[in-house]
Amino acid sequence: MTSMPSPDSPPAALAGANRLARLAAVGVLVLAVGTGFAYAGGWFSPRKLTPARFIDTFEQINGVHPGFRRNHAKGVCVGGTFESNGQGTRLSKAVVFQPGKVPVVGRFALAGGMPYAADAVQTVRSMALRFSLPNGEEWRTGMNSIPVFAVNTPEAFREQLLAMAPDPKTGKPDPAKVKAFFTRHPESARAIQMIKAQPIAAGFDNSTFNGLNAFKLVDATGKSTAVRWSMIPMQPFAPSAAQPPQNDPNFLFDALVARVKQQPLQWRLVLTIGEPGDSTSDATIAWPADRERVDVGMLTINQIESEETSPVRAINFDPLVLPNGITGSDDPLLSARSAAYSQSFTRRIGEPKSPSAVTSSEMGE
Amino acid sequence: MTNPMDNRQQFAWSSRALHWLMVALVLTMLFIGVVMVGSLLGYHRLVSIHRPLGIIILVLVLIRLVNRQLNPLPPFPTTMSPMERLAATSSERLMYVLMFALPLVGWGMLSAASYPIVLYGPLHLPPILPQNALLYAGLRKLHTILAFLLFFTFMAHLSAVLFHTLVVRDGLLGRMALWKTRPRDADSASGSSTPG
Repeated sequence: MTSMPSPDSPPAALAGANRLARLAAVGVLVLAVGTGFAYAGGWFSPRKLTPARFIDTFEQINGVHPGFRRNHAKGVCVGGTFESNGQGTRLSKAVVFQPGKVPVVGRFALAGGMPYAADAVQTVRSMALRFSLPNGEEWRTGMNSIPVFAVNTPEAFREQLLAMAPDPKTGKPDPAKVKAFFTRHPESARAIQMIKAQPIAAGFDNSTFNGLNAFKLVDATGKSTAVRWSMIPMQPFAPSAAQPPQNDPNFLFDALVARVKQQPLQWRLVLTIGEPGDSTSDATIAWPADRERVDVGMLTINQIESEETSPVRAINFDPLVLPNGITGSDDPLLSARSAAYSQSFTRRIGEPKSPSAVTSSEMGE
Repeated sequence: MTNPMDNRQQFAWSSRALHWLMVALVLTMLFIGVVMVGSLLGYHRLVSIHRPLGIIILVLVLIRLVNRQLNPLPPFPTTMSPMERLAATSSERLMYVLMFALPLVGWGMLSAASYPIVLYGPLHLPPILPQNALLYAGLRKLHTILAFLLFFTFMAHLSAVLFHTLVVRDGLLGRMALWKTRPRDADSASGSSTPG
């Protein structure tokens, strides 16, 4: 500004034009900043997949069920402890791997956005956990009862949701749309084959839950190791009944409630160590079966309650809430899950609540 | 009326340094905020910057408030009408309030949602509010509203300064320049301050 010539006295018309040009310059500069902000906010890209549009897709397919999670809507709250055996400390400096016991709050749920859907054997089951560490840190994780994830990007996830949505005429997915989806996404076609090949366990209690996405463990020297984790049940595997009970829409949850009330249920937390060349960015690809597995401790679940009275409604099991010593990998689904969970959480948390399908009275209380 | 020599008065060096540091941080923060809420892939990385940056801004605002008490403001230039002075003063105060409130609302909303408030590595802040779902919902909305209000107030401030500097040509921006500026009034020929 100091470099500008000091104003002298030009002819009136010239001064007027000059002033107008300068006024225009102010307008252009201000408009540029405003436009840049609007562009950054995505107002010029109405088709870009944002967290809001991602969650809109769930609402479009399932309808809006106020107060419920937009996916994995039907669930129960569980509580217990995780006892680390110290084996994880050679891989990660995270406090959770130091020998000792920490409290855990969790949620078992069924995939899908319908909070009152009847339990079905084929529905993907999930286990979400929050470990509260003594130094105030937390570890939150959400795992599924499938060996690999069906998609490897948020865009493919949304495409899959739309392709598998029930046709209003038949009540079933349109086979042409499903076929088109798998043609466009051969990685998903391969993953589905693996998912279908896995025998389905009878209940939540003897299901294996896999973290699916890769993470990185960081040790005290800063060395980082790619891992995937699983919860392996101590309850012996039994295949699901050929003919599940017809008269109990909550048969999976009710069985879980009964089991927990009988005796504590346990899972071993097992880390699978990735080797160079194992994909950390693609959750549809399984790592070779001979990868080293490290048993790092035991999860014990000894409490169960309806989520309507429990703390889990107010917890967002964001998979990137991690203690120091565990970080996300380059898997694009991780940040997308974090963003989408946050969007779902923010929407549901301010909404009026309705009772859960699995009510307090079903708990025998 | 104020004498034209006032125009050569700059803000104290500490005020100017803090001003431009916060311009950079607050604008970065507003842009990160508006990008991250619309981003699936960049969300986590941006939120991880957003949290500690917000706390840095909160600390800087407090430093700036103390600095403002220690260093009196230079008088307004004569080219500003009483209405403009009122607008400048009130928008300035509003920006201070917003720069202070936004990080606090952010911190409070994470507390109410019972998220760990991670700054960097194991470094995290304690919650400042009890866990409360409805409180989170309200504060989350408030955070967005206040952020847009801050952006619009900033835009008004920017427009006014650009108008004065480019159209009225009274050297208003020079009062906040990081370097020493010479007055731009009729007496500019006689008034030359030495740099440094």
